[in-house]
Amino acid sequence: MNTFAISVEKVIGISLLTLLLLLALGEPVLLGTNGNQQNLKQVLEAPSAQHWLGTDQFGRDMLARISEGLRISLSLAALSVLSSSIIGMLTGVIAAWCRGWVDTTLNFIANTILALPGLVLILLFAALVPGSFIMLYLAISLVLSVEYFRLVRAITLPVVTGPALENSALMGFPKRYLFIMHIWPPIRQDVLSLAAFGASSSIIAMASVGFVYVGLKPPSPELGLMIVELFPYYHEAPWLLAQPIFALFVLVLGFHLLSAKSDKTPRLNKFIFESSSRLSKSNVMERKL
Amino acid sequence: MRKILLQRLLQAVLMAWSVGTLTFVITRSLPGDMAYKIAAGRYGDDAVSTSAANAVAEELGLHRSAFEHYVSWMTDLASLDLGTSLVTGAPIVVELQNQLSYTLVLAGLAILVSALIAFPLGIYSGIRSARKSENSPKSRASLFDKTALAFSTFVRSQPVFCLGLILIFIFALELNWLPVAGSSGFVYTILPVMTLGLSLAAISNRVIRNSTVSAVQSGYFHFAKIKGLSAFEAFKCHAFPNIVTPALAFMGIQLIGLIEGVIMIESLFAWPGIGHGLSHAVFARDITMLQGTALLMGILFVLVNTLVDLSQYALDPRVRENRGYSQ
Repeated sequence: MNTFAISVEKVIGISLLTLLLLLALGEPVLLGTNGNQQNLKQVLEAPSAQHWLGTDQFGRDMLARISEGLRISLSLAALSVLSSSIIGMLTGVIAAWCRGWVDTTLNFIANTILALPGLVLILLFAALVPGSFIMLYLAISLVLSVEYFRLVRAITLPVVTGPALENSALMGFPKRYLFIMHIWPPIRQDVLSLAAFGASSSIIAMASVGFVYVGLKPPSPELGLMIVELFPYYHEAPWLLAQPIFALFVLVLGFHLLSAKSDKTPRLNKFIFESSSRLSKSNVMERKL
Repeated sequence: MRKILLQRLLQAVLMAWSVGTLTFVITRSLPGDMAYKIAAGRYGDDAVSTSAANAVAEELGLHRSAFEHYVSWMTDLASLDLGTSLVTGAPIVVELQNQLSYTLVLAGLAILVSALIAFPLGIYSGIRSARKSENSPKSRASLFDKTALAFSTFVRSQPVFCLGLILIFIFALELNWLPVAGSSGFVYTILPVMTLGLSLAAISNRVIRNSTVSAVQSGYFHFAKIKGLSAFEAFKCHAFPNIVTPALAFMGIQLIGLIEGVIMIESLFAWPGIGHGLSHAVFARDITMLQGTALLMGILFVLVNTLVDLSQYALDPRVRENRGYSQ
């Protein structure tokens, strides 16, 4: 199997995300408009040469705000995916490697977190310190790292107990080598898929929390918050409301396409599927037979 | 069977404990003076005085030590005493009862709608694409299948509240067919139920499609046809059970989506259910209400998961035979 073969979906996903990244990073460099600068003489304007995407209800430049909203969403996604994948992979590999009480404890913690729907947990964290980016980041990372933990543990467990790794270990190779040679290759694809998937779910989570008005506080141009704020002006300026919705849509679509479960990465799908069906054992037994 | 129930009971207890502890931590670590905040929520920002704040602190026992407080908090929770709302003063249990009926109507109808959309769509596109790949192996997907995929991707690529907004724009603001938000009558249920149902169906129709393809292309299905069953009989007896069980199992995971969707959709459509209560409790810092709604959300989650497990048990003989199964 050629692991470098990239499906069409991924190409589209990568190009969409690159465009958004250019918009997010290019605007402050090239134009540098202040997204919080109000101008009450020019409210709810249509796109013009001066304001490429128009102005909102306070006369703030929409292009600057959308671009900053994208920066907030993308940085949250990057931060949460990075930290949750590191934590989740570490704990997952440790749980599979050590087994015994370490595994039991980690599993207990994971199950405690999983017992509550993710968004409820994130809302509880948001109640802790309202309007805080750090709290949202912590909550989303916590929820995501449990996903990583379960995935990595499930795939690593048979590898660790398998003969290949045992042989390498007996030959005296260090643990780092064992990880790179035996554990990383089978989990690689799924960890990357889950990263794209986790990015989209963290963006959705932040926008959702912003949308019910308990996330970041105004004047922060967070995409979900912008949608609520512009909603009352639907009749006067529908194009303004369409912008954050469209930006959010393209952002999530991009990550979805990137994580697309093509034929090359069927395991993630199968994993989610089996672990919930609680059929896992019977399926495993079937395979053994 | 008993094992399933025990496992789910354990999950419910874990959930209650984590919700209780988290809400407790929240009450203890809220920035600012808790008593002042609650008093402000009750009597309005202008009417708060030190004596009012002290009265609130006395009433809620905010002066006690953290550990003492935690123990009494947990014993109250264990005896299902959820206290009274910090804002309205009404008992949480009564408020939750009112909200629960609304949420159950919304969630039940949404599951029904999603099943009505996902099963025909998934099975049909599965059969079509299986037949297409039999006739001409090169072109993998039929046009219908591609359309269904595009629809699913479109719906899944946005948060559920964006889908709700789009439906509001089309059916409420432009066409003026349905009310935007509210909860007084059947017409008000249509948009929220459609939004939630569509978002659930977007994922499950693909799962149903995939299991249809693998069932229709399987050896046992071909054998059933070869031994003389009509196409319909073979499908009913041999393919359908193998499509339904994995699809139901998958719907179990989707229930997270259902619960999260309920929170968003209820807030969007001003539907007075638990999700609406939860997001408002976060906004108003109504901690007991927050605990009650989060707890009920969690219980709903565990309950529906249990139902999925039990339906697996009833439908799938492999689960029944495999008595000793566990994680």
